[in-house]
Amino acid sequence: MVKLSIEHLSKRYWFEREDREVLAVSDVSLAVADGEFLAIVGPSGCGKTTLLNIVAGLLPYEEGTVSIDDKQVRGPGVDRAVVFQQSSLLPWRTIAGNVRYGMELQRRFDEATMRERTEHFVKLVGLNGFERHYPNELSGGMQQRVNLARALAADPKVLLMDEPFAALDAQTREFMQAELLKIWSQARKTVLFITHQINEAVYLADRVAVMSARPGRLKEVFKIPFGRPRTLALKRDPRFLEIEDAIWQLIEEESQRLNMVLAEK
Amino acid sequence: MKRKEPSGRPHQSFYTKHEAVILGSLSVVLMIGVWQACWSAGLISPLFFSSPSAIIKQFRYTLMEGTLLADMKYSGTNFAIGFGLAAITGVVAGVLIGWYRRLRLFFDPFLSALYATPRVAMVPLIIIWFGIGIWSKVFIVFLSAFFPILINTVGGVRALDRDLLRAAKAYCASDWQIFTTLAIPGSVPFILTGIRQGVALGLIGVVVGEMVGSSQGVGFMVAYGGQTFNTDTLFVGMIVIAFSGILLTWIAERLERRFSRWRPER
Repeated sequence: MVKLSIEHLSKRYWFEREDREVLAVSDVSLAVADGEFLAIVGPSGCGKTTLLNIVAGLLPYEEGTVSIDDKQVRGPGVDRAVVFQQSSLLPWRTIAGNVRYGMELQRRFDEATMRERTEHFVKLVGLNGFERHYPNELSGGMQQRVNLARALAADPKVLLMDEPFAALDAQTREFMQAELLKIWSQARKTVLFITHQINEAVYLADRVAVMSARPGRLKEVFKIPFGRPRTLALKRDPRFLEIEDAIWQLIEEESQRLNMVLAEK
Repeated sequence: MKRKEPSGRPHQSFYTKHEAVILGSLSVVLMIGVWQACWSAGLISPLFFSSPSAIIKQFRYTLMEGTLLADMKYSGTNFAIGFGLAAITGVVAGVLIGWYRRLRLFFDPFLSALYATPRVAMVPLIIIWFGIGIWSKVFIVFLSAFFPILINTVGGVRALDRDLLRAAKAYCASDWQIFTTLAIPGSVPFILTGIRQGVALGLIGVVVGEMVGSSQGVGFMVAYGGQTFNTDTLFVGMIVIAFSGILLTWIAERLERRFSRWRPER
């Protein structure tokens, strides 16, 4: 069953200063099944964040359709929640206060339920004991856990993740990837995950969609054949490296083509 | 957060621990001593200057038999009413002007002009309007403290963190929710900066106001002492003003530091 469907989506930006139009996303069609983990990889400037912002309802779009459960997306909604690259936590609220912030804004749950869910998701992301701390007392990795807990607590149908681990150091990132899979196996949400790291995408996702830059187009979708649960050791499996390599070549081809185009200009 | 001190920590001598306080007190004591010595040696003319002993004597006299307490009460009342009004109206107007763009554009010429004008330039006009009673001083304090509080509040409400705004919008926040959960708490550190500046400028306001048009108050005491070449009285007034300034600024700074822990970084 299709949860999130994107059909012939294009997005144009008008650059006031250069007085020209840029096609950020060009004719992208993609269907994400219920409970599926889909990752989108691509070089910077390929429009993947634009795509996520459109799905989140934070950016308007004119061409194509985006729908969740056959309902067209027209702005933010309670059926989606976003985990941002910057943890975007309210510095004057405690961890518990931040986790409940999304629920508070959406006003779907009563007070008792909110308290219960806050407690549950703080525990799920492994932050019990830190409820009364403030964000600036936490490490980057812990802040991203809060960010994730806030999104999950809002009980979305689709979880949108915008390079959530990009700002973390390499070790923390690996650890957080494994944690995310563990949490996801319990929460079982449909996930759209944006990243520029190929091995992150292959490790996490059921399918990996590769985008190309200028204009941002969907190049190819790779099905990842590994079962779950996955361990970090998978990253050293020859078959894993093969897929990673194939995606890498596709992106490299792209960037070479782009360099040639730019050189001609 | 308190950490337990590691047991291997080297012992600090009493002096190294309190170096700042010791050296600071030493300089004050030394200065007063030299001053008093010069006075006793007859090196200072009582017409132009005073001495610690004379100031203390005069202080006790004005306190017990003179009008010092009444003057302090008068000045304090002027300051408290003016500053209180400025804080309330400054924060409310600042929040409104910061939140509604059109309101800001509408009032901008007046705010910029009044903010840039030294408020003491308006003192004579204010005395014409309000006379030399309490209300002219209250209004001067109000005007002095109002603008820094207003301007900082406007800045605080406008300094909405873009990442936080994006997050709130993704969770379907209404304008009202953005206002109450982001704009208001986010502007608290800015408001407190405005309060601190308002305290300093309000104090100047009350002193200048009383010097120019009043028959009471600590500002008047200083001006009167000057006009009658009574340097002892003049010094008592100055010291009272100095200590009020130090005390009030200290309180405001403490308050500000308490809340600036989570001031958004820009």
